[in-house]
Amino acid sequence: MELLIFGSLTDIIGKNSLVLEAPNNTEQLKKSLLEQYPGLAQAHYFLAINKIMVHDNQPLQEGDVVALMPAFSGG
Amino acid sequence: MILPGFGVAAQEKLGRAKVLIVGMGALGCPALQYLVGAGVGNIGIIDSDLVSESNLHRQLLYGYADIGKPKVAVAAALMRLQNPAIQITTYQTSFERKNALDLLEGYDIVIDATDNFIAKYIINDAAGILNIPMIYGAVTRYQGQLTVFHFPDQNNLKFNYRDLFPVPPADHLMGTCESLGVIGVLPGIIGCLQAAEAIKLITDIGKTLAGRLYTHDFLEATNYEIALSKNSSISMIKKEDFLKPNHTSSEELEEIDIEEINVDQFLALKKNDQIFVLDVRERHEYPPIDFSDALIPMSELSNQIEQLPNKEICVICHQGIRSIYAAQQIQARKSIKAYSLKGGITAYFNKLS
Repeated sequence: MELLIFGSLTDIIGKNSLVLEAPNNTEQLKKSLLEQYPGLAQAHYFLAINKIMVHDNQPLQEGDVVALMPAFSGG
Repeated sequence: MILPGFGVAAQEKLGRAKVLIVGMGALGCPALQYLVGAGVGNIGIIDSDLVSESNLHRQLLYGYADIGKPKVAVAAALMRLQNPAIQITTYQTSFERKNALDLLEGYDIVIDATDNFIAKYIINDAAGILNIPMIYGAVTRYQGQLTVFHFPDQNNLKFNYRDLFPVPPADHLMGTCESLGVIGVLPGIIGCLQAAEAIKLITDIGKTLAGRLYTHDFLEATNYEIALSKNSSISMIKKEDFLKPNHTSSEELEEIDIEEINVDQFLALKKNDQIFVLDVRERHEYPPIDFSDALIPMSELSNQIEQLPNKEICVICHQGIRSIYAAQQIQARKSIKAYSLKGGITAYFNKLS
């Protein structure tokens, strides 16, 4: 699966996209990202799977594109 | 020159429309220019700031000679030269909870051209109460985004900012363009798109961005669109609650001093059963702990404060930063003492290992 990283989260992860093996679900994805990038613990962001926003834990499959979208505040 | 689908009727709708722009910065300047150009009849502009030199690269209604003058006055004077037929109302004030409903009332559309989270949540809540479509826009470094809130999408669903982010981030995570930096043309692009959305809403042509979060990347020259979905854990704030004095603003929250306790003090209070231990980490965070009485993630806390017991509380999180903010919210809403565990769970495990 592919991970797209937006806004200030690119500072924490260091890239704007990543290719990784799909975990079973979004909770597992968040958990493994947090292990690698502890700075995410305090970030406000939501997930979108294949361009659709998700709120609860959702299954993931190879081929999915997951976006991590933080809050944008400037103007 | 006649644009197909955009005739006299559309122009008349624009002439009768009332649009409020909150923020006369890098988003507000271009939005205002294009609404004036389009012939929107009544435009309100709000900003408490004076023009400063650091604004000039991206807020193109202002020049060197304007430094120190109120932004709304400079912008209105220029726009009246551009089109004297347009009624421009200026409000040199900040948009706050206490004046939000009065300022918004009577406008058809509000454009969120602000640069901070506090204002965005106030506009969102006030526009929701008054059922006024809100054109949200924001930028961060090389990316900008917008959507339309409080207006039905093609499935007749109305979204609001809290569907995306239920509560404001803690203060230390808030950045503005002044502090984070932005390339000037980017808010120009987003502000123009906000004006475009306003024109579509007014004239009822085309398809708006309601239900779609549209993000533009300056460096890559790409756009990314996310279909929004309703967040079932949140509900729109009611007018009574919005106006309640105990609905504390973030500025007021900052004033509340929270006593930070160290791990020894924490263990002593806990041993005597003096405190209710509240973990405010998100559900995905670990390690799970067995010494808390409840887990209410920070993102859900504001809806659940009333349900907390009437007992002294110690809030804990990963590193002891969010917990201060949570304790401030709790102390503001409930008359109970709220502590924060200094250094958070990290300090706790360091001490005990």
